Amino acid sequence: MAATSAASAGGSVRSGGVAKRIDVKDLNIYYGSFLAVKDVTMTVQPNKVTALIGSSGCGKSTFLRSLNRMHELISGTRVEGSVTLDGQDIYAPAADPVRVRQQIGMVFQSPNPFPTMSIYDNTAAGLKLNSKRMKKEQMDNVVEKALRGAHLWDEVKDRLDKPGAGLSGGQQQRLCIARATAVEPDVLLMDEPCSALDPIATLAIEELIEELKRKYTIVIVTHNMQQAARASDITGFFNIVQSGDPGVLIELDSTEKIFSNPTLKETEDYVSGRFG
Amino acid sequence: MADNPMPPMASEPPTPGTGPAEDFASGGSRIPAWGPWAVIAGTALVLAGFLSLIGFNIALLAVGTVLVSIFIVYLWARKAEGRRQGFDRAITLGIGSLFALAMVPLVSLLYTVVSEGLSRMDPEFFSSSMRNVIGEGGGVLHAAVGTLIITGLATIAAVPIGIMAAVYLHEYGKGRLKRWLTFFVDVMTGIPSIVAGLFAFALFALIFGPGIRLGVMGSVALTVLMIPIVVRSTEEMLRVVPDGLREASFALGVSKWRTVAKVVLPTAMAGIVTGVMLAIARVIGETAPLLITTGAFSSVNLNPFDGRMANLPVFTYTQYKFPGVPPEPFIERAWGAALVLIIIVMVLFLAARLVSRRYGIELRK
Repeated sequence: MAATSAASAGGSVRSGGVAKRIDVKDLNIYYGSFLAVKDVTMTVQPNKVTALIGSSGCGKSTFLRSLNRMHELISGTRVEGSVTLDGQDIYAPAADPVRVRQQIGMVFQSPNPFPTMSIYDNTAAGLKLNSKRMKKEQMDNVVEKALRGAHLWDEVKDRLDKPGAGLSGGQQQRLCIARATAVEPDVLLMDEPCSALDPIATLAIEELIEELKRKYTIVIVTHNMQQAARASDITGFFNIVQSGDPGVLIELDSTEKIFSNPTLKETEDYVSGRFG
Repeated sequence: MADNPMPPMASEPPTPGTGPAEDFASGGSRIPAWGPWAVIAGTALVLAGFLSLIGFNIALLAVGTVLVSIFIVYLWARKAEGRRQGFDRAITLGIGSLFALAMVPLVSLLYTVVSEGLSRMDPEFFSSSMRNVIGEGGGVLHAAVGTLIITGLATIAAVPIGIMAAVYLHEYGKGRLKRWLTFFVDVMTGIPSIVAGLFAFALFALIFGPGIRLGVMGSVALTVLMIPIVVRSTEEMLRVVPDGLREASFALGVSKWRTVAKVVLPTAMAGIVTGVMLAIARVIGETAPLLITTGAFSSVNLNPFDGRMANLPVFTYTQYKFPGVPPEPFIERAWGAALVLIIIVMVLFLAARLVSRRYGIELRK
């Protein structure tokens, strides 16, 4: 198990902050009566980067969102099957989605810093919005740690009180990552985090992900196969047969194997570019 | 090819990139920028001369000038620039004329109010009421203060109710309750102001008897008129806040009410404030409901819960409708009060734009 960050110098947010694993068993995700994702069983390993690849519309984003119950924001969605975080069922009747999301964070495709808040406030948003009482010194430490962790500290340390929206696209996305990591979640979900960024910014984020996995469990959905090959340890390939069918997990294995010698022909066809 | 009378049967297709050059030009020279204006001016002069012989009529002059100018410009542009441009210019001229027509009443109104009301823009007008004033003199202090108090109370009541209703409708509402609520808000936007006034009157009359007149009754009527405006504009502003911000907040494990209170509302706040200012500008001049609820009063009354309270629209009405002898001072005061009302509305509109520009956040990418 990864060393806990709670023991590190001041500014720790929760007593946990240990990377956890997610076990998914027979997960089916419905939009109303439409089955979007069918019978997924997989394990997300702690302190590893798991990439989910597949062509458009095959359910990988839907699946990702179901891991922190974000899909529930659309009315009429439901799941069957189980998703557990280190053994805790996140879909238990007594489970509060708000608390689940405090432990499983998410970074989105388009950077979305809060426009009314400064860079400092954006980074601390997970704490401030929840009215967590903290001494200023402590919060300063949390913010600095998160921004350093996101490789953004040097660029913004002189303008922490400037609005968060005044940064470049790549910087905004790093700010969103800092914001997500400031609350020290157990798992970090990333939904195509580099799609809206130029190659330089993309590279910066991929390097960041490589570092982040030392502390967090990371799941990243990506359209870009090469990114999955570069940045992940484990890759899962999702596919649908035709439009209207549910998405299924075809193969899940180490990234190296998927891209060089996959077990299933379907996977091989996709990664070699024969379709998709 | 002169000695090949028949072209070859299977001719080769032309090499790509070597076809005959297309000519994109559709006409000759463009007509100059001053062209249409010259046509309008010329036509107007000719028509004016013509009409002065048979009987001058400004409406005929205007309509005639426009129609003839459109015709001439169409022919000229069509010849010089091409059919499509000719049509384009003619339509432009037509729409421009309609716009000018629409501006006429507005300009006329402003000119009239300013020119008539200017004579009373003196210090006495703004510092005295009508207390003990029989003919000359007097002022609108009581009416202006009354308008501010009545409208202020209405705003204090309508804004929280309106904003919270909008938050419910946009962020939480679903199903039948939402549909019914939206329907009733829509109905409320159409309530005639006199009906709102009658409602306030009936409400207080039931409790206090029919002779009751209070400043707060006017506020109640104005509140009824303001609430749907605030709800609609706030809803619109909430809609503009991108869902991505809400998602980002939820993904941090922030509950819904906190997201609404600390992320959505602050982001929409500039727009909401603008909407509120515009709602105030809408109701501040309503005369009918105030006529039957607040009554008229000659002195300054600062207590909305005690007796009649003067206000600008009713003051304007009573001064104009019931002048004494001689009527001139009364008419002058009426115009002066009307001018003050228009100035207040304009200041509100300008302030709303300033707030929106300074504090508004560019939410549309």
